[in-house]
Formats: sequence, structure tokens, C-alpha cells
Amino acid sequence: MSKQKAWQLRLYIAGQTTKSITALKNLKQYCETHLKDQYEIEVIDLLLKPQLAEGDQIFAIPTLVRKVPEPIRKIIGDLSNEEKVLVGLNIVPVNKNS
Amino acid sequence: MAVKKKPAKFQSAKQLQKTLTGVSGFDDITLGGLPTGRPSLICGEAGSGKTLFAMEFLIHGITKFNEPGLFVAFEEKASELATNVASLGFDLNKLVAQNKLRIDYVHIDKNEIEETGEYDLEGLFIRLGHAIDSIGVKRVVLDTIENLFAGLDNTAILRAELRRLFQWLKDRNVTAVITGEKGEGTLTRQGLEEYVSDCVIVVDHRVVNQISTRRLRIVKYRGSVHGTNEYPFLIDSDGISVLPVTSLKLQGKVVTQRIGTGIPSLDLMFGGKGIFKGSSMLITGTAGTGKTSIAASFANASCERNERCLYFAFEESADQIVRNMHSIGIQLDGHVKKGLLRFHAARPTMYGLEMHLVQITKLVREFNPKTVIIDPITNLITVGTITEVQSILNRLLDFLQVNGITAVFTGLTPSMINSNSQTDETMTSMVDTWINVRDIEMNGERNRGLYIMKSRGLKHSNQVREFLITDHGLVLQDVYLSAEGVLTGSAREVHKMQLEIEKQVRHQAAIKNEKELNLKKKELELKIEALKAEYETYKDKLTADFDGESLGKHIAEIKRQDLVSLRTGIPVNPKAKK
Repeated sequence: MSKQKAWQLRLYIAGQTTKSITALKNLKQYCETHLKDQYEIEVIDLLLKPQLAEGDQIFAIPTLVRKVPEPIRKIIGDLSNEEKVLVGLNIVPVNKNS
Repeated sequence: MAVKKKPAKFQSAKQLQKTLTGVSGFDDITLGGLPTGRPSLICGEAGSGKTLFAMEFLIHGITKFNEPGLFVAFEEKASELATNVASLGFDLNKLVAQNKLRIDYVHIDKNEIEETGEYDLEGLFIRLGHAIDSIGVKRVVLDTIENLFAGLDNTAILRAELRRLFQWLKDRNVTAVITGEKGEGTLTRQGLEEYVSDCVIVVDHRVVNQISTRRLRIVKYRGSVHGTNEYPFLIDSDGISVLPVTSLKLQGKVVTQRIGTGIPSLDLMFGGKGIFKGSSMLITGTAGTGKTSIAASFANASCERNERCLYFAFEESADQIVRNMHSIGIQLDGHVKKGLLRFHAARPTMYGLEMHLVQITKLVREFNPKTVIIDPITNLITVGTITEVQSILNRLLDFLQVNGITAVFTGLTPSMINSNSQTDETMTSMVDTWINVRDIEMNGERNRGLYIMKSRGLKHSNQVREFLITDHGLVLQDVYLSAEGVLTGSAREVHKMQLEIEKQVRHQAAIKNEKELNLKKKELELKIEALKAEYETYKDKLTADFDGESLGKHIAEIKRQDLVSLRTGIPVNPKAKK
């Protein structure tokens, strides 16, 4: 394993809104379940760093961006649907062998 | 460039502030542009010119009014946009480099995006806000925001967010233009017009009789008067030109200055001074009556006064006209070279009627002529219906009159029998001066007769004049009346010849009389001479008789004195003689 984790995730939020908090909570939970020790989450608050929004083509909040592994995938919303998030990030759930 | 953020005329502080778009003509029909600090929607089908309109709004804002702009592109990348408008002479990259323009490309790809749960478009807001703050943006374009609907599924959220977005734009006090695709039965696919309630503009692109015309209409403009008609517009190398074709009032400037028509004898028919400057003149006639020649004379006269003239030729090419006019002694090429005369030759079917009008207005604005000639205006009828033509002509005349441009139109009347054709009805009531050139057929030949049918505000001759096209230009013959009426052509010549013969005969008779008189005079003079001589002789004789007598006396006296002196020895005293 290299220094960099296999999964580099970035969550864009805009202030501590309910949606953002929910999204972060959900994301952490999924990662802990399915990608334990293989992931890294970076949270970017666009209220503080608005200039970063353009780079990752962010228009919706919250947006989860899978930077690594490529290709880049995006999931928008509060990540309340676990299945959709896993499909969206292309994560193989641990409890299923497929 | 000066910072101009001026409200339209006659606006009080309470009224809606407007932002000039700089799109040629658009600001006229909206009486000052788009509502300041509010979003306006421009919608239409693909290729109708929405994006270009929006782009011009931004670019003119920067270059003319010094208002930085933000272009949020949902469809095209910044580089693509720059390429698209480069052909119109807009250099987006330069403006971006000068920090006057920001182009933000919002890429939404359904394949990359998964939606789950609640979200909002705060990210977009932040991006806009950041761009607005970074360069002090006053004008924003969202092109085409409906693409959000294509990329995202949750329309309920989108709708709520759009409503919030437009409100947000208002709060930021930026003037925004939002473009939208035309939907079926609605103005936009997603019904954006519900959200943008201040100003809605529809553009379309219609094809009638295989000729396409772009049109623009202001559907709604809250808090402002605006033209409600459909206005044709043109996209060419200078971008969009909207034609404010119908000004709402009849208020052209009026001058009393008169200008010559280039035909002195025609000027005489108008009291010797020609027609009013800035008025309109229609020359009608059947084919080959010399309408173009009159128009060309007029153009020539205009150029000779050092006034610019714009000549729209819908039948002949410029070179053809120049060449043909040589034959009647009018040299137009010199004027063309000097830049006083410009030809614009186009086929009437090249584009729609409205487009012709737009084209004419545009060229007039560009060239700024004092005289405009349209030859022939009737050819335009081939591309439109009578009502259309009427409205177009009305607007054209209006436009020219307001700008104080003298207009000369030629119109073809189909035949002699049907001389009250469509042109006459539609045109003649609108123009100030109407000259009709007509064929007069008589004695197996065809001559041209020129009538002044009307001339508003000018004293004009009611006489039919024979109109001649000669090598040295156009000439109107004097009214030639005989017992049988007005004579033209060879009838006139015959009549002239008869008169000449009579004159000659009279002349000969006079000469003969004079000769006789001279003879008589000479004869009498001779007689007088003879009598005089006789008198002289008689007189001499009488004098001689008298002389002889007195001489004898005189001599006798002297002799007597001599005798006395001899006898007395006293010399003769000369005084004694007395």
C-alpha cells in the first residue's frame, strides 16, 4: 500500500447546514463499513473557499467527488440512500460477495 | 469610455431603471434596455440567436458602458464561446485577461452524477457570487440554465432553487439575461417564464416562402412601456441589429430647404427649385420609361452637391447602372470613387422583406447618406404580401424621414391598362411627391410623358411634359400645345415643321416686299436727284443773270470814279465807294 489511500474522497459543503452534516455523517458511516482504512475524506467548505467550486464543477451542495480511483465520479445530495452512493462510487459492498 | 448607466428618457426616479444592452435597435424598442438589477428571459428555439444576444449584452456592457460581465455557460465551454463570437470581432480572451469578463462553464454530465437525497444549488450560487465579487460584475448571463434539468432528475428541487436563484440575482442587484429553449406550447421547456417575471423576450426564426426571417418580440416587460410588435432582426458580421421599425409617433423633422432633382427642367415643374430636402419621391412607370435614369440623375445631383447617396439596386448590378448611365451622359463612377455614392445591389429574394428593411436601415446608419434611392421598390413585393410591403414601406419611410434623408423610390407599374396597381395604392399615399412617367402611344410611336401626380406642400405644374432621354441627360420638352391638344414625339415634330414652313413663307414674303420697297425708294430717289439738279441749274441761271447786271453797274461806277479822278486829279477814296 502506498502512502496515498486508494480512495480519495472530497465532500463539498457550504456551511454547517443540516444537509451537509447529514451527508458527512452518512459518508463516514459508509466508508467505515466498506472501505475501512482505505479512504481519505477531505471536506471543503465553499463558504470559506469559494474559488474551489469551479475546479471540480460544483454547482450542487453537498457534492461528493471521488477523485481517486479515476474516473471522477460525483454524487450530489445528502447521501441518504446507501445503495445509490455505493453504486455511484463503484464500491463493492463488503457484506455482499459479488 | 464613459460610464453610462442612464435611465430612459422621461423617467422619474420612481420608475424602473433600465440598462442599455448596446444591441443595435433593441434599446430603442425597449425605450432604454433591460430592467436594471433584474433578470430577463430570452427564449427561442435552437439557432435563433439567444446566446449571441446575451453575449452582446455582456460585451457591449463592458466595452461601451464599462460594466464587467459574467457569462455562465451551461452548454458551451469558454473556448468554444470565444471561437463562436470571434467571427463578430469580439475578443473574449482579451476581455477575460483584462478582468472585465468572467466565463464560467458549468459542466453537468448526467453520466458522472448520481443523486441521492436532499441537495441544493448553493454551489452554483457560491460560484456566481465569487465571480461577481471578484471583478465587480454588473451583468450576468445564464446560458442555458435549463440544462440543469437535463442533468439532474429532481425537478422539484431545481424549480425551488431556480426561484431562489432569480431572487438571489435580484438581491445582488445584477442585471441578468437568462436564455431558455423554446418548449412546446410554452415559451420555455421548463416554464422558466414563471420565475422570470420582469422581462421576457422571444426570438424566433421563421421561414415563409423559403425565406427565413429572424424576429424578436417583447412578451412582457413589467413596469415599462415597450413596443409589442414583432421586430425583425439581423445577425451579420456586426452582430445583432434589431430594427425599431415602427416608431410610435409621426414626428419627423421638417425642413423647408429645397434640392434639385438633377433635371433642371423637372425642377422647373416644381417652381424651379426642386423638391423638399428630406421628403420622399416616388417615380412610377411602366418598363423602359426611364425611372432608373431619373433616379440616377437624382443620385448624380446629390453627389454633385457633395452629399452622400446610397443606391439600393434590386434589378441591376452597380457596374451595370454605372455603365448604362454613361450612355445618357451621367458619370457616376467618379462619385463612387470619391465615396459619395455607394451602391448596394441585391436580389430581392436574397432574404425576406423584413431583412431587406433591416439591411437598408443598417447600411443607412453606417453610411449616413443624405439621399437614399431604392430601385425599384416594387421588386420587394415579390417576396412579401401587400400588407407586409405596406407596413415595411411605412416603416422605411418613417425611418428615413426621421433621419432627414431624402428618399427616391422607383416603382414599376405593370402595364398601361392596369396603371392603378398595387404599388400605386400602397405607395402613393405615403410619399410626398409622386412622379409618373407614362408611355403615350400615338401615330404608331411611343413617347414618354411625365406627370407630377402630387407633391405635398409644393407648387407644381399640372402639365404633362414630354420626357426625353438624350445623350446629355434627361430633358423635359416644353409643353407643346396645338389645336388638337398636347403633341409629343413626331407629331410634335411634324407640327413644328409646319410652323417652320409657315414661318419661312412669311419670311420670304417679307423679303420680297422689302425688295420692292427698296426699288421704289431707289426710283424715287433718282427722281429726287433729277429734280434737285434741275433746281440747281435754274437757281444758277437766275444768280448768273443778277450778277451780270450788278457787275456792269459796278464796273460803270469804277469807271465813272476813274473818270472823276482823271478829271479832278484827286485819287479815289476807297471809302467813297461805300
